[in-house]
Amino acid sequence: MPRLLLYGLMAEFDATETLLEAARRARAAGYRELDAFTPFPVEGLAEAIGFHKTGVPQICLAGGLIGCLGGFLLQYWPNVVGYPLNIGGKPYNSWPSFIPITFELTVLCAGVATVLGMLALNGLPTPYHPVFNAPRFELATRSHFFLCIKARDPKFQLAATREFLQSLGAREVSEVEV
Amino acid sequence: MPPVLAQGHTYATVTDKISALVLLQKRRRGWWLGFALAFALFMMLNMAVGYLLLMGVGIWGINIPIAWGFAIVNFVWWIGIGHAGTLISAFLLLMRQAWRQSINRFAEAMTLFAVACAGMFPLLHMGRPWLAYWLLPYPDTMGTWPQFRSPLVWDMFAVSTYASLSLRCWFVGLIPDLATLRDRARQRLAKTVYGFLAMGWRGSAMHWSRYETAYLLLAGLATPLVVSVHTVVSFDFTVAIVPGWHSTIFPPYFVAGAIYSGFAMVLTLAIPLRKFYGLEDFVTLRHLDNMAKILLATGLIVAYGYMMETFMAFYSGNPYDRYMMMNRMTGPYAPIYWLLIACNIAVPLTSLWFTRVRRNVAALFVVSLVVQMGMWLERFVIVVTSLHRDFLPSSWGMYYPTRWDWATFVGTIGLFFTLFLLFIRYLPMISIFEMRGLVHELKD
Repeated sequence: MPRLLLYGLMAEFDATETLLEAARRARAAGYRELDAFTPFPVEGLAEAIGFHKTGVPQICLAGGLIGCLGGFLLQYWPNVVGYPLNIGGKPYNSWPSFIPITFELTVLCAGVATVLGMLALNGLPTPYHPVFNAPRFELATRSHFFLCIKARDPKFQLAATREFLQSLGAREVSEVEV
Repeated sequence: MPPVLAQGHTYATVTDKISALVLLQKRRRGWWLGFALAFALFMMLNMAVGYLLLMGVGIWGINIPIAWGFAIVNFVWWIGIGHAGTLISAFLLLMRQAWRQSINRFAEAMTLFAVACAGMFPLLHMGRPWLAYWLLPYPDTMGTWPQFRSPLVWDMFAVSTYASLSLRCWFVGLIPDLATLRDRARQRLAKTVYGFLAMGWRGSAMHWSRYETAYLLLAGLATPLVVSVHTVVSFDFTVAIVPGWHSTIFPPYFVAGAIYSGFAMVLTLAIPLRKFYGLEDFVTLRHLDNMAKILLATGLIVAYGYMMETFMAFYSGNPYDRYMMMNRMTGPYAPIYWLLIACNIAVPLTSLWFTRVRRNVAALFVVSLVVQMGMWLERFVIVVTSLHRDFLPSSWGMYYPTRWDWATFVGTIGLFFTLFLLFIRYLPMISIFEMRGLVHELKD
């Protein structure tokens, strides 16, 4: 059977502590192209595989500012410029009465930006990904924890890396095809 | 003190138990009976709404002076119920309360369906609902704009923001669980649909990191939103000059009342769910106890609101406010007022102090229903008694609900339960990944 391209090596663990330790040792050994897969968020794991910047808070802030300014201008322009109505001499720019809508639109736009931003940064939807080819990967959404060292890592060498992963206390180490 | 999660659960057992409720196609007679009843009521709603759109709001009991009847009562009631779900999911997350994990999924679903029921009423109660789009700020050919200074327009923005943010929070929370269902489903159709909705989620640590940040941000946005939405709803009343409405106590009093009725509804749903689906391990007596304590706290705030309203009406010296209060207590709607006091204050606030009552499932269920009825009566008293006798005695009148008022109201209860029963059939009613996180947290 012809061998397909290799995406990486996947190690399966059954506890978070062993996975965390494994991730730290892999980074200490010089591997950089790492990813870990867990059924729930594990604290400290993202840092252990070298991931730091999320980018989501900035997107949320940007969305919120757009909503706030947009909401205020939406009310300001018609009442002051577009179609001002003199009601008992009351000010055209009655900004206290503009606050509820401004607040709601701030929250709305911040929320939309957060969700869409998070999905976009995560690259979702991704219908296909090589890691789904790993054996028993469906346990990643149930009870087991996985660490993957990608083949494109400069230090990756099939035999040596496989041995290294096995030494980290993995239940099983398998090859993942692209 | 009962535990937050029963002993002996692992990541695998919580996953299997909750996903089995969705994926194993057991013939549940109780579900079918409930769904048949709810769907029948939903059909009644459709009939009532159809007839309303055909004949106009005259089929309801509204008149001059009581131009707002059941429609606005039901609107405020449903929106209030929705607030507890957001509070559980957002506020309790920010407060890092572990007991939130097993109840937040179905509480958020409750919010979504309650807001769906509520949102219909502002559209239906209009004389010309086909012109409802005039509330939106679109550039029209007449060169006019909505009245941005009006609470009714504020309502439109607030309720739409609330509905869409709740939907997004709920869906984002579902993504990892949809991935679990995708991986555990055996049927082709289930795998495809859940897979499509899960969008390829694979549990990558980098994704989880962004996910958690986004979830916290959404919780931080949703918490002030809850307060603002019901405040804006209370502004529908407070900006009017009618005695009994024009009161600055309404925003906090409405928000507290919303949380009160909302938690009562969460209890009304949680108690049968845990019994019929065997979820006592996940929704333990601790959860029921905590929710009952929140009911007690918000009930006390609501009671304080009533006392201040009464006191200020007399202390103000304003003859119209004083009469409004006397009329509530002794006028034609007095029995409703006193029933309201019994349901909202007398029954819950004398019973929920006792641990025995808070941990007694049957008693708690009864109390939750009583509170919900009491909160509906409160909205009725606020809307109708203030309108039916205001400044000018020659304008006084009476409001009697017609069968179409009742049909619409009971019909929305049908719509709510139809949606809720569909939700518990096809989606995990407890957040699976959060329960796994709880197992992990409790292991240390």
